[in-house]
Amino acid sequence: MKRKQDVYNITFGGVGGQGIIKASELLGWAALYDGYHVKKSEVHGMSQRGGSVESHVRFGSVIYSPMIGLAQADFLLCFHPDEHPRLKVFLKKGGFDLMPYLAKIQESVENTRAVNTGMVGFLSKYLPIRPDSWERALQTVFKPAVLESNRKVFAQARALSE
Amino acid sequence: MAPKASMGKAFLSGNEALARGAWQAGLKVACAYPGTPSTEILETLALFPEVDVQWSVNEKAAYEVAYGAAVGGVRVLAACKHVGLNVAMDPLMTSAYIGVNAGFVIVVCDDPQMHSSQNEQDTRWVGIYAKLPILEPSSPSEALAFVQEAFEISERFDTPVIIRMTTRVSHSKEDVVLGKRLQRPVKALQKDMRKYVMVPGNARVRHEILEKRIEKLKALSERSRLNRIELNKKSLGFITDSVSYLYLKEVYPDASYLKLGFLYPFCDEKIKRFAKSVKRLMVVEELDPFIEEHVKSLGIRKVEGKHPSYRVGELDQDLIRSLVAGKPKKVKPRPGRAPRLCAGCPHWAIFSVLKKLDLFVAGDIGCYTLGALPPTSALHTCLCMGAGVTMPEGLRRAHPEGRIVGVIGDSTFVHSGITGLINAAYNKSKGVIFILDNATTAMTGGQPHPATGQTIRNESTKRLDLKALCQACGADFVDVIDPHGNLKALEELAVQRLNADALSVIIVQHPCALLKRENNEKKAGCV
Repeated sequence: MKRKQDVYNITFGGVGGQGIIKASELLGWAALYDGYHVKKSEVHGMSQRGGSVESHVRFGSVIYSPMIGLAQADFLLCFHPDEHPRLKVFLKKGGFDLMPYLAKIQESVENTRAVNTGMVGFLSKYLPIRPDSWERALQTVFKPAVLESNRKVFAQARALSE
Repeated sequence: MAPKASMGKAFLSGNEALARGAWQAGLKVACAYPGTPSTEILETLALFPEVDVQWSVNEKAAYEVAYGAAVGGVRVLAACKHVGLNVAMDPLMTSAYIGVNAGFVIVVCDDPQMHSSQNEQDTRWVGIYAKLPILEPSSPSEALAFVQEAFEISERFDTPVIIRMTTRVSHSKEDVVLGKRLQRPVKALQKDMRKYVMVPGNARVRHEILEKRIEKLKALSERSRLNRIELNKKSLGFITDSVSYLYLKEVYPDASYLKLGFLYPFCDEKIKRFAKSVKRLMVVEELDPFIEEHVKSLGIRKVEGKHPSYRVGELDQDLIRSLVAGKPKKVKPRPGRAPRLCAGCPHWAIFSVLKKLDLFVAGDIGCYTLGALPPTSALHTCLCMGAGVTMPEGLRRAHPEGRIVGVIGDSTFVHSGITGLINAAYNKSKGVIFILDNATTAMTGGQPHPATGQTIRNESTKRLDLKALCQACGADFVDVIDPHGNLKALEELAVQRLNADALSVIIVQHPCALLKRENNEKKAGCV
């Protein structure tokens, strides 16, 4: 786990239908359960029509802006290689780009629709959020029918990052 | 998504938090027509069984039903997007004269940057025009708190109250603290003609009351804690509102602030006091120079506004830096994926036919507006809700021999296309109107409407028969056709009706692909 900092900025992005909003939702609830002030912002007006999707999550002690400024993101979770060039402007110098791990995470996930949970599971290893907060967030975000499968994907991907 | 906890904390969007706050304030009735970015307000309220909620046919109907309930004596909310308020302006302007019986709040969600809108009009001007108070939250927490305050103000001052949000405030999420619901008694009906019957003699008296009321509200704005001075370094002070405040705090944490939450009427004395206390004074706001022009009108000469280039689009913390530096707006384009009609969308068929027939197509507001984009590029106008029926009539009056048709969605036709069809029949107009009936209000996420036979809570209700309706409006021919695997028949029908000297409606009927996917997923239990 990284050294605690004041604010954590995570940019998510990809195209409509990849579960990006759900992934950022999972992180948002986990940060909330861990006692942080957390904000999230995205534009989803046209996302269902295959447009670009972008979601920003920020958590820490005090958060003002719901958006991450250019070159301010600590982490970039890009779900589609085509979207990477436009999203990388958010990543700060020395920030962690998960793009090289996307293929590995995709391989580890049986159900392609759970790649989003896999990405967050992988990320979770690098964030100061306790496992029980992640568990509560999983329970909040997923319906009972799909909770167990997402829990499994999350744990597997988290193990990948070790 | 529903507020997950009854008490404690929850991670809510501005719209969800506002709905929660209204529920806590004892809300009894809520009405709206869907419209991004306002839609989730009613969707969230529909989860609370104590609230009587409805998707109304359009914003005017929503406003009037809601207002009727407020006159009836319960706390009520109407929600719409900025352009939706235009549709409700008629009742809004006179309801300002009458006032309320129990609390009445109108939530209007503006869309700076036009993420999903046809213009970026600035609703703050409505405060001046209608002489109504406007509260402006910056965040979900404030939305939850401000709506409760709005109900108090509405009842104390006998006035409708506007809450103005923007896409960023409506759609961004944060952790919010939840509270309990207030129980409010239903007030008695008042048979008070001088207050509620706006004939000229009564309205003249009410107008005077309205002018006095806005003065009283000005005094409230002066003392309201929603207008907050934060004195830090005195070298730089900002007067700001909405989400701009949050961007500024991020970039200039040491500056001084006058943060306007009770936006209108303005707190002039507070503004003057703040102006005196800082060396450099700047107004930072999205869209029009609404606050800036008022501050200048107070004779505060040193105030700086933004370069006019920032009147277009939304701000962010990167733009705020160049704005404060006095530079014109420069945005590096970040090319994204353009939206298009979904794979399997029933609209593909009709647009391929319209393109092949090389028609001039007057469009409307909905998913099918995407028919203007490649690869179909077969839609040539988009103005407002309903104009897909009325504009082609006008276009034909300019070009009687032109190959001109109109397209409009099912929900949009019910919203404001019906009157246009009656107008065309009455005024002997000819031509073809296509109703693209995908059995939902698709663009805003799939809400039911009268022709689906479902309510906001998915209960079955009377189903509007579009075919019988169009016949009753006076169309000579009304055909219903499923375009799925039926392209040739669709084209032949279109050609036949185009060649007829008649007013024709062709209802192109096939459910939205997203609706089908959702239903299949529900059956398979994967969501």
